[in-house]
Amino acid sequence: MIAIIDYGVGNLFSLSRSLEAIGEESVITNDAETIQRAGKIILPGVGAFGDAMDKLKENRMDELVKRQAALGKPLMGICLGMQLLFEKSLEFGEHGGLSLIPGTVRPIGDVIDPGLKIPQIGWNALRKTNPYYILKDVKEGECVYFVHSYWADTAPEYIIADTEYSARLTATVANGNVCGCQFHPEKSGNTGLRILKSFAQGEMNI
Amino acid sequence: MITKRIIPCLDVRDGRVVKGVNFEGLRDVNSPVALAQYYSDCGADELVFYDITASADGRKLFTDILRETASRVFIPLTVGGGINTVEDFDRVLKCGADKVSVNSGAIRNPSLIDAAARRYGSQCVVISADVKRVDGKYRVFAAGNRIDTGREGISWIRECVDRGAGEVVLNSIDTDGVKQGFDLEMLQAVCDAVNVPVIASGGAGCIEHFITLFKTLPKVDAGLAASIFHFGEVKISDLKAAMAENGISTRL
Repeated sequence: MIAIIDYGVGNLFSLSRSLEAIGEESVITNDAETIQRAGKIILPGVGAFGDAMDKLKENRMDELVKRQAALGKPLMGICLGMQLLFEKSLEFGEHGGLSLIPGTVRPIGDVIDPGLKIPQIGWNALRKTNPYYILKDVKEGECVYFVHSYWADTAPEYIIADTEYSARLTATVANGNVCGCQFHPEKSGNTGLRILKSFAQGEMNI
Repeated sequence: MITKRIIPCLDVRDGRVVKGVNFEGLRDVNSPVALAQYYSDCGADELVFYDITASADGRKLFTDILRETASRVFIPLTVGGGINTVEDFDRVLKCGADKVSVNSGAIRNPSLIDAAARRYGSQCVVISADVKRVDGKYRVFAAGNRIDTGREGISWIRECVDRGAGEVVLNSIDTDGVKQGFDLEMLQAVCDAVNVPVIASGGAGCIEHFITLFKTLPKVDAGLAASIFHFGEVKISDLKAAMAENGISTRL
């Protein structure tokens, strides 16, 4: 059973249906006990970093997620959910994150060529930089669907894949049992479904 | 580099695709779900469902098929047609739409864009504009291209983006249905005016028109079409292969 954490941020319909499509049981929940019982956790999210952290903190979901991660439970953040895994974000001021992966979330406008559109919206290719089980069935150059204006600036050892948008932008990250995708696997066709399947069924030590 | 998107548009009335479509292996040619699945398998990068239903019963059927499609097809879905209030956004987003396109609803009430962008984010709000030349000027038309709103096209689109629209679909009434190619001149004017993704619509008749579009106007992000895909005049897989051959970044 995969717990999709519901903290009032974003649309979880496609995510839960995509897990159903690959034969995985999931539950959209904000119940601590259900999350503790779940074998794996997905932290979704769209919107602004600061608001999302506030909502996570409202019912102490931040502490719960950190405790579960510390216990070694596989945790995957998606889009803003991935950004929340980092130490801090510079979106509308400076906000602290869950600090499960070292790094800072910064505006893509700081690193991409002027004139390129912000947000990056659309399908872009993955370049794999480190092995990790959630991308084991994804080939170099497969495209996934991005919608984002911020990116995770982190050390190369935490980057599993990046994507080129005039600059190399972090696409997939991992630190032990904690991982995340900047793109939306639930909107990335068969490639995305394979990533979700690897997360759902795979083992961490590849 | 980010790829150029190819987007088929399906008109849906009372839960059924309006123009019968005949593809090999597709049994129910009027099923939006089957057709969406087919296009997704062929490499479509995104789908637009346009609800042309008039009745409340039809609306219910539309959200039913939307929910079913979003349960089986995992690429971005944009929904348009009959979007007049923030509640309409809510209704279709809950059923699995990723983006909502507004047209007449925004012309009647431009602050709908501000309200929707505040609540759901700009990435969710698409402004779709039907523009036609009148006495050499771009003018916005409403209500199925019948009513000249008197608004200037480019400034209207810029206003929508300023209000929070995150993408623009430009449908040129002048080239729509003519199948002689996209309206490059009008698209250029829009690309010069805004810095959000621009989706070209109206005029595609063959693969070459898409190649010309993306080669001539590198700032255009996507090409949208309906009948040429539905009637098999252009196969999406062939189109994408041709794009790749011509050095246009595409998802194969």
